[in-house]
Amino acid sequence: MLSQPFRIETVHRESYDTFTVELQPTNGHDSFLFAPGQYNMLYVFGVGEVPISISGDPDRPENLMHTTRAVGTVTKAMAELQKGDVIGIRGPYGTSWPVDRAEGYDVVFVAGGIGLAPLRPALYHVLAHRDRYGKVVLLYGTRSPDDILYRSELEQWRSRFDLEVHVTVDYADATWRGNVGVVTSLIPKAPFDPLHSMAMICGPEVMMRFTAIELLKRGIEHEHIYLTMERNMKCAIGFCGHCQFGQHFVCRDGPVFSYAHIGHMLSQWEV
Amino acid sequence: MTETTLTQDATVILERAHFQQLLDALLQSGYRVIGPTIEDRAIVYESLSSVEDLPIGWKDQQEGGTFRLEKRKDQALFGYTLGPQTWKKHLYPPNVTLWQAKRENGSFKITPPEEDRQPLAFIGVRACELSAIAIQDKIFLESEFKDPIYQQNREGLFIVAVNCVEAGGTCFCASMETGPKASTGFDLALTEVIDGEKHYFVVNIGSARGLDVIKAITVRTPEAGEVEAAEARIAEASQNMGRTLETEGLRDLLFRNIENPRWEAVADRCLTCGNCTLVCPTCFCATIEDVTDLTGQHAERTRRWDSCFTMDFSYIHGGSVRYSSRARYRQWMMHKLASWVDQFGTFGCVGCGRCITWCPVAIDITEEANIIRQGDVAKTKEA
Ligand SMILES: Cc1cc2nc3c(=O)[nH]c(=O)nc-3n(C[C@H](O)[C@H](O)[C@H](O)COP(=O)(O)OP(=O)(O)OC[C@H]3O[C@@H](n4cnc5c(N)ncnc54)[C@H](O)[C@@H]3O)c2cc1C
Ligand code: SF4
Ligand code: SF4
Ligand code: FES
Repeated sequence: MLSQPFRIETVHRESYDTFTVELQPTNGHDSFLFAPGQYNMLYVFGVGEVPISISGDPDRPENLMHTTRAVGTVTKAMAELQKGDVIGIRGPYGTSWPVDRAEGYDVVFVAGGIGLAPLRPALYHVLAHRDRYGKVVLLYGTRSPDDILYRSELEQWRSRFDLEVHVTVDYADATWRGNVGVVTSLIPKAPFDPLHSMAMICGPEVMMRFTAIELLKRGIEHEHIYLTMERNMKCAIGFCGHCQFGQHFVCRDGPVFSYAHIGHMLSQWEV
Repeated sequence: MTETTLTQDATVILERAHFQQLLDALLQSGYRVIGPTIEDRAIVYESLSSVEDLPIGWKDQQEGGTFRLEKRKDQALFGYTLGPQTWKKHLYPPNVTLWQAKRENGSFKITPPEEDRQPLAFIGVRACELSAIAIQDKIFLESEFKDPIYQQNREGLFIVAVNCVEAGGTCFCASMETGPKASTGFDLALTEVIDGEKHYFVVNIGSARGLDVIKAITVRTPEAGEVEAAEARIAEASQNMGRTLETEGLRDLLFRNIENPRWEAVADRCLTCGNCTLVCPTCFCATIEDVTDLTGQHAERTRRWDSCFTMDFSYIHGGSVRYSSRARYRQWMMHKLASWVDQFGTFGCVGCGRCITWCPVAIDITEEANIIRQGDVAKTKEA
């Protein structure tokens, strides 16, 4: 599949190293349909191509959004781009969050750092169809207050009565009045019915491993926990072999997996 | 032999003296004919035009970490087993341009390379290699996406298989049930027989195209004993495999032995050079490179073979997932013999033995699997 050129309509700086772009195809205004949790391959002209989750609203497919943290060659080059610049897009690829399966259940979102971006489309979906779900809880942890994404949106969400939002940071100075500690510490007291909940986790691999352990301790079933894996990806279509995680190709069997399928592999090293 | 008597299930004899006719028929039909020839004291698969290009009168001696060409006593055309190269070189080339792009009116335009390829004919494909091609077909043609480059090379490919009448020192196709006799996936399959003054090929026809080629060349009906002589030689080869691998329960064995201490021992020897992946006919991993020219106006994407033995292979922000050589050897072997089964419904190993022959320190996949079987954690736990 060849990349299609998309123009950057807006760039929003979320934090010192993370930014969100809104994109439009250069040849028209086609909607970009996707399921929450899917990703695209983003190509920066001549620099390289990386997998980035779609972070926008699945009900507003005319606005393709990606939130990227600048960490290396391609993402740093992308951070230099401005409104009007063009990048290549191919996708959407991969599996999605089980938003349909979660209907009728309490929904627990647990995000670590940039992990809130791939979860946001699922949150949008759940909030747009709020009556179909039980309690909805978002637990979000970052390294420091400066790393918190989507601040104004989080404030809005926090003021809703039908959504519990808890944010925690690993480190903070005296000006921070919120929780300090890892995100897993929020799980024991979070308001959801473990026997009737669906959890969706996205963050660094260790964070997801410990989060799952805490959720299991509360009594959520293995089959009701979903998480996303990150592996090196060069092709996104099952050809390059780079994304293998045991027998799974993260690019097409993932990135969203059920804990029941891959949970045991999280405690095996270097798989 | 008259044309009318020939059908696809006929078995015919092609005399060595008429072998050039087979090459000529393929060349005249417009194929680029590729087959074994000697280069740098090894067998390689390159373009052929004459029977003289074949490694006439040569055989190979293969053992863990060694490959040597030697003169045979006879003038066999296919008297060797396998060289380091595989046919994937021609179907899934080691280095290709996927597309070029040009900046244009503030955007850019991507153009794939032009398709203009001569159909290929492979001569001398071994049974294990036929299986390897079938495995790569599953990867590149039979999953959700198709690889256009592989597809282009594969479509219209004419395959002349050659059954093995002598097994190599590191071969174990009999264990993997892929050889030594080609059973499917060919247009023509030959078995070479040299018996005193007689030198002929027993030919099985595998397709309508194969039949057309046979009709265009001089062949004859087999005489008593000729076909049997060929079968006996194949049967003998299958009894003389240099290696064996017990495949019973192998996938599960490896999955439950992911923490077996043996991985540490093999990692101490492995140089993570990746030779084993480069010579393997089924390994398909590749990497992508994006570059621009100095003006920044033109960009290009290339793809080249990669190996799971490199540190970069599993790199994500923060470091490589498989940083130890233990994890990288384990990844490779478990992919071949365990996870491949989940992914594609077959082993990723056809028993060609190349990875054993071309490993500089003679690490042997069959030996490693057997040692893990002996030290199976399931057994040691019971004990
Ligand atoms: C499904 C999925 C979804 C993702 N979603 C998001 C998201 O929404 N937001 C986000 O910010 N991130 C996301 N990521 C992570 C993101 O893809 C990586 O951060 C990004 O690929 C980093 O690329 P880079 O070139 O900037 O970094 P680098 O670290 O420079 O490069 C990583 C890539 O370059 C190659 N590379 C790096 N160093 C070397 C080296 N020394 N030698 C050879 N090759 C090297 C690697 O092979 C790798 O492909 C996601 C990842 C996956 C798999
Ligand atoms: S097994 Fe042998 S050939 Fe393969 S990477 Fe290790 S040393 Fe190289
Ligand atoms: S793993 Fe080794 S023996 Fe098996 S097909 Fe590959 S090179 Fe041949
Ligand atoms: S990214 Fe290439 S196989 Fe998954």
